[in-house]
Amino acid sequence: MSKNHPNYVSTTNACKLCRPLGACLAFKGIEGTVPYLHGSQGCATYMRRYIISHYNEPIDIASSSLSEKHAVYGGGPNLKLGLTNVAEKYRPRMIGIATTCLTETIGDDVGMYLQEYAKDTAGSKGLPDIVNVSTPSYAGTHMEGFHGAIDQVIEQMAEGGPQNRTVNLLPGFVSSADYRLLREIMDDFGLDCTMLPDLSDTMDGPAMLEYEKVPAGGTPLAAIKAMGRSRATIEFGRTLGRKGSGGFRLRKKFNIDDHRLGMPIGIEETDRFFDLLCSLSGRPVPEKYVAERGRLVDAYVDGHKYVFGKKAIIYGEEDLVVGMSAFLAEIGIFPILCASGGTSGRLAEAIAAVTADILPRQPEIHEGMDFFDISEMAETLAPDLIVGHSKGYPLARKLNIPLIRVGFPIHDRVGGQRILHLGYSGAQRLFDTVTNAVIAKKQADSRVGYSYM
Amino acid sequence: MEAVALKERENQIYIKGETPFNIVCDKDSLAGAVSQRACVFCGSRVVLYPIADALHLVHGPIGCAVYTWDIRGALSSGPELHRLSFSTDLQEMDVIFGGEKKLRQALLELIDRHNPKAAFVYSTCIVGIIGDDLEAICRQVEREKGIPVIPVKSEGFKGNKRAGYQAACDAMFRLIGTGETSSISKFSLNILGDFNLAGEIWMIREYYERMGIEVVANITGDGRVDDIRRAHGAALNVVQCSGSTMQLANMMEEQYGVPSMRVSYFGVEDMSEALYDIARFFKKKFPGDREADAIMERTTALVKEEVRNLMPGLEKYRKALAGKKAAIYVGGSFKAFSLVKAFRLVDMEVVLVGSQTGTEEDYRELEAITDPGTIIVDDSNPLELTSFLKEKGVDIFVGGVKERPIAYKLGIGFCDHNHERKEILAGFEGMLNFAREVYSSVMSPVWRFVPRAKSME
Ligand code: SF4
Ligand code: SF4
Repeated sequence: MSKNHPNYVSTTNACKLCRPLGACLAFKGIEGTVPYLHGSQGCATYMRRYIISHYNEPIDIASSSLSEKHAVYGGGPNLKLGLTNVAEKYRPRMIGIATTCLTETIGDDVGMYLQEYAKDTAGSKGLPDIVNVSTPSYAGTHMEGFHGAIDQVIEQMAEGGPQNRTVNLLPGFVSSADYRLLREIMDDFGLDCTMLPDLSDTMDGPAMLEYEKVPAGGTPLAAIKAMGRSRATIEFGRTLGRKGSGGFRLRKKFNIDDHRLGMPIGIEETDRFFDLLCSLSGRPVPEKYVAERGRLVDAYVDGHKYVFGKKAIIYGEEDLVVGMSAFLAEIGIFPILCASGGTSGRLAEAIAAVTADILPRQPEIHEGMDFFDISEMAETLAPDLIVGHSKGYPLARKLNIPLIRVGFPIHDRVGGQRILHLGYSGAQRLFDTVTNAVIAKKQADSRVGYSYM
Repeated sequence: MEAVALKERENQIYIKGETPFNIVCDKDSLAGAVSQRACVFCGSRVVLYPIADALHLVHGPIGCAVYTWDIRGALSSGPELHRLSFSTDLQEMDVIFGGEKKLRQALLELIDRHNPKAAFVYSTCIVGIIGDDLEAICRQVEREKGIPVIPVKSEGFKGNKRAGYQAACDAMFRLIGTGETSSISKFSLNILGDFNLAGEIWMIREYYERMGIEVVANITGDGRVDDIRRAHGAALNVVQCSGSTMQLANMMEEQYGVPSMRVSYFGVEDMSEALYDIARFFKKKFPGDREADAIMERTTALVKEEVRNLMPGLEKYRKALAGKKAAIYVGGSFKAFSLVKAFRLVDMEVVLVGSQTGTEEDYRELEAITDPGTIIVDDSNPLELTSFLKEKGVDIFVGGVKERPIAYKLGIGFCDHNHERKEILAGFEGMLNFAREVYSSVMSPVWRFVPRAKSME
């Protein structure tokens, strides 16, 4: 399965982002939170730019703006000064601090600075909660940053106590539309749910009259504090280990049942999710979703011939790659290369778990890949389509095959935050998109140019 | 002004006509403020990026490289090596034991793979801390591979974007003076500070060629290493934009005696003035020379023709846009000057103007060309900007990609005047595009739906 892929020293066109970016995104899904990078100014500015190009939403990321002398003497004073400034200016409910390569390398002890800061500011009113996470980019990708931030929010905020009816939902990094859908599903099952994070409103908000310094929405802080009292946790992510898993932490610390699932992409993975919801809620699948699933199966049947046997390259964040592999396999497309810049060590196993009973043989599966590696392998693999974020566009263009845009970032289309991946409705959208892309390609390449299928 | 500015920032903001002129700039960004400013590395990368046949290797962790992958519309007429994002992607072990070995191997690997004409190696923050000796590695590889391998001292925390421009100029200066110059015409120039966004430099080059002037090197839009190596043979450096490449021109003047001239290609007035200035330069340099006179004649004809072609098209936009209010927040203040004039050409009113990296002198000049009541800001942040936008009721905001969502969220028109744009905004043709851009935002019917519209009824 894991044939040797070329092993280069240099990286060309990385298929991953840096760790604090993931942490900032996770923090953005929490009520009243301003992400704050401890490091030099450049990192924050770059990440803002990068995130904005996907969401078309304002995102403020504060920075402790270290300069050369701070790098030598330590960034503590700047960190604290910055906290006060952010607190005054934004009046946030919470500040989420992520470190950067610089402050990790100089060995700044953020935990200690925060203790000092707490002492310095003892007795002040209206200070925000502060959560910090260590995110050196030389170890791990934006996904480690994302999960690490969620994990630390739980570690530093969640409290125990008598159990309540709530179910914790930790979906990982999905689109704003996906978070919105998940909320709706939990609601329809009548489940009290704390979903962490929740970027449905904070990164896909309405046009406003007054600019909100910190946009409304996100997981309520009170709910996060109560997460230690929930009766169960559902966490998506087959490649997630114990480290960085909020579900695992909640189990260890508060003895809460944790249910690990793959991202519910495609029918089979969504069925697993719904089965769990049925057992947690004691209710059958709501009629609305039964109907949705029925229509989806009907659509699969109507379109199956167009896509059957097509070969796809899938790349991006590991758990998204797993979910997309499951989906493509079940509609009859063969994933031939599954690649990620991440290095969980669990990608191949996770893909096998969701595709082994369908695929006659497993695709090439490689971690730690960049787009140079992917392109090189693509030459011999002859794919019919590629599936991933917009940074694969040059490859699609070179091969003259369709790119199915999923995940993050989508920098070359509008509405990246509204791409729906999850659930039956997400699968419906994906199926239509993939099938139509295949049909459109055939139509465009045909000499005749039929106006019917 | 509302009390929205962070206290320490108040003297970085100025309202014309209120107090005697005084603005503090070139300060480090304030901790905790969400600054729009970028780092040293960003400055260097932006300037060197369009050199299309060079290898640009970012030595550091992955983020710094990946956030600068193919982000600018700097076009090349040939090789496109600059559009790839190369990184050493430093890992924990490299940080502990040093990244020199990895850097060397990465360089050798990439040079073998791509055969570049030169390699630029950018240092990022942590490289400054772990103490890799970039000079030494570059020297070694240069000897081994026989191409210039140039370290760019761009550790992010060592200052702001402006320091990065300087580092980029230092790097290019090492190339200049190493090429053959004997065949260069005495009527020749280098184009500095244009990055060939959307193909702008091709248009500018064409103007110069129509005037009868040889362009030696593009620095750096659609740039080539070999051209830069012989740039010292040009008679004149024509520098666009206030910050980025002025230092290079200064160094070239000192070492090679190449004089320089600052111009702006933006807006009809400035574009024409630039071409005339250059023609005058050669007339003065070669008094009585027939060719110098001919250059002036051709320039006059060129400007006349271009303006004649442009005006009817522009008139339609002017009529629609007259009296609308504009706000400007851009990287360099030189660009801001031109924008002020361009808006004036279509009879619009500029109510706010600011930049990330202006000098005090720049702001003085801005003050001189704006109307009373215009707000002038240095290194602003989103909160400040929005409060000004609202207060002034602007119809269109000109800024970079980071400002766009703020404007849109408040239901304000927007024009992208930064490095990612895909439209030519320079030159005569560019003025028309600019007006069209402004027009297609300001006149769009979508504003009737935004909350702001109801509130203004
Ligand atoms: S230094 Fe680290 S945190 Fe900053 S942009 Fe580079 S990789 Fe990301
Ligand atoms: S690490 Fe330094 S060089 Fe890299 S983006 Fe951040 S500030 Fe700039």
